[in-house]
Amino acid sequence: MAWYTVKRLIQGIITVWFIATATFWAMHEVPGDPFIGEKAVSPEVEANLKARWGLDKPPLEQYWIFMTNMLQGDFGISFAQESRSVNDIILERFPVSAILGILAIVFAGLGGVLYGALTALYRNQWPDVLIILLVIIGISVPSFVFASVGQLILVVINQILGFNVLPVAGWGDISHMLVPALVLGLGTMAFLTRLMRSSMLEIVSADFIRTARSKGVPAAQVFSRHQLRNAVLPVITVLGPSVASITTGGFVVENIFGIPGLGQSFVLAVQQSDYGVIMGTTVFYGAFLVLMVIIVDLLYAWIDPRVRLE
Amino acid sequence: MSDIGTYSFRRAQVDLDREEISRPSLSYWQDAWYRIRTNRRTLASLFIVVFMVLVAAFGPILWHFDYDTQDLNQTSKPPWASRSMTVIEPYTPWLDRPAVERWSDTGAPADIQAIGFPSIEFVRLTWSPVQGATRYTIYRTIVDPEGGPLGLPLGNVIGESENSYEDRIDLEQRRYWYSVEATFADGTTAASTLPIDVAAAATLAGAIESGWIDADTDLQPGDTLRTPWHPLGTDYLGRDMLARLMKGAQISLFIGIVAPLLFILLGVVYGSFAGFIGGKTDALLMRFADFVVALPFLLFMILFKLVFGIGAGESGILPMLVALVLLSWPAAARLVRGQILQIREEGYIDASRLLGTKTPRLILRHMIPNTMGVILVTFTFAVPSTIFTEAFLSFIGMGVEPPIPSWGSMCNDGRKTMETTPHELIFPAIFISITVLAFNILGDGLRDALDARMRSTE
Repeated sequence: MAWYTVKRLIQGIITVWFIATATFWAMHEVPGDPFIGEKAVSPEVEANLKARWGLDKPPLEQYWIFMTNMLQGDFGISFAQESRSVNDIILERFPVSAILGILAIVFAGLGGVLYGALTALYRNQWPDVLIILLVIIGISVPSFVFASVGQLILVVINQILGFNVLPVAGWGDISHMLVPALVLGLGTMAFLTRLMRSSMLEIVSADFIRTARSKGVPAAQVFSRHQLRNAVLPVITVLGPSVASITTGGFVVENIFGIPGLGQSFVLAVQQSDYGVIMGTTVFYGAFLVLMVIIVDLLYAWIDPRVRLE
Repeated sequence: MSDIGTYSFRRAQVDLDREEISRPSLSYWQDAWYRIRTNRRTLASLFIVVFMVLVAAFGPILWHFDYDTQDLNQTSKPPWASRSMTVIEPYTPWLDRPAVERWSDTGAPADIQAIGFPSIEFVRLTWSPVQGATRYTIYRTIVDPEGGPLGLPLGNVIGESENSYEDRIDLEQRRYWYSVEATFADGTTAASTLPIDVAAAATLAGAIESGWIDADTDLQPGDTLRTPWHPLGTDYLGRDMLARLMKGAQISLFIGIVAPLLFILLGVVYGSFAGFIGGKTDALLMRFADFVVALPFLLFMILFKLVFGIGAGESGILPMLVALVLLSWPAAARLVRGQILQIREEGYIDASRLLGTKTPRLILRHMIPNTMGVILVTFTFAVPSTIFTEAFLSFIGMGVEPPIPSWGSMCNDGRKTMETTPHELIFPAIFISITVLAFNILGDGLRDALDARMRSTE
């Protein structure tokens, strides 16, 4: 297990290096520069500013500075919001996105396992049919439609009841989080439900289930101890990629519900050509996703020893 | 055991009838087609996909509205909105204002009434003035004030005997509540309210200019004309929704089908190369594929879009295609490599080799047909996720450039007016959902038909 952990971590570090390098060179190729704008700057000022941001140096040296800064945990400075470091912005924005994402994952995971188990339990009866129908909707409707419609429904409910049951937009306490997190988690929930269902159905015909039954274990116990526990395993493997898809969805949900998260700040940075924030956020998110995948892999290896023996 | 003699063994009877194959032998693709044909869900989704492709290909040619022709007199009309419109005289200034016939005796302006035909061109009000009033303020609201706030103040008329007002501000076809409030010298006020139904109307010249009727149509003021039929309504600039949805289908399906074709082709070449070569090269190539997978997909889609830049008048489709191909190929490469490695070790490959088959024939007869099924299934699942990605990018304004519509950017436009005219959001959303759903079900069906190992357990 220790060797496996070390191996995955080394792979992860190389991957993050690759992401940072790709980001740097991609940004280097972006046409235009921050000095093209409404405010004309004199050549002296431009030279000063370039010197301050290290833009007057040859690309390879810039790359070296960028990488050493990254290694020291310095993600650069914002070009648009004066005298703010990207670390500052990430520190302010990321916790918001993280809370929203965690809540969405919790919704998706709990919902997926519960509904998946239900469908398998009531196979071809009405709960199964109903949930499968919802799954189909969940998989084929984009998250921004869910978010828009969710907001609209909230507005109507608040109007009918005459007071704000849940706020329609903004950020603050738990009441602001529930609907965005649910909307964010819906697609993943549908995907997990489908996965859980097929995994449950596959396990029904496994040898150890037959053995348990023939030994006289009560049906409820077979279901909870043998079937459910083993069926949850594949669900854990896709949690890693789910983090990525929930991050993606977060961009839209944050923008629609006016949540001050990292996704919203990234979209804003792109609109303002704030290259510092774009670079820093991309590397940060990339590293974060790599870390998440590693954690899920380790979790899975810990639960299922067959994986680390590969 | 000891007495097993030669008589224990008898010659077996050869039953030739049993050996006969009674059904015609089916090739892999014949079998797959049979499975698709007999699966109703797959067949239905196949029809939907074909239908969408036909709509995208021929719809914009056949439909008489352009996707970018604006009609600012017909903005945000839902499909069920009335198409009738009254023809009115061209506007002339209101010179013959009514004289005061009687004074109000209730302490507030009384007998409010509309003069002439209240239409979206103008509403002309008159009332009985109040003695002692210094000015009259006219308010307009779209809900019954019922003693509450009177709404938007439209303007003042100053003077005790003023008794008329003309409203030409941004009128729509609906019911308005007009209030006239008299203000007295001591600052006190008194108001009365009248609901007025404002009708849709157009002058003959205006209707001809908008292209609603032909120039030689014989219509008189007071007649009713029919505005053109928009089966799915119009958007916030009065553009025909059906035309835009069909043009959007072109864009969304083009990206959704061409990008997967390209990145799966790239993945197949890359993966089969790695799989055939094997050894260190293979390990190195696959490591690189792992790195590309680890890139945060959406952030890099946006980065690439910045890198390629979009000039004026460009649609932004090409940068999106390139970015999608550059970022999405590793999944297909991994899959194909795995397949090639697996097939290389199969018994039938050894058997075929033993029989003297040359490598090119091995590849053509065994490797490619055996990976084709999996590749086709991967392609079918890649289409809906690419449509999603495109819609998503266009939704946050990082996709195709206006006025070119895509389903994603139409959803984004529609979202802004969803509380009053939800059809602008709902129709593109339905188009995306049905197409994505059809491709997903088709993928499931194809997997069942083409890939024996992945046959689902339903």
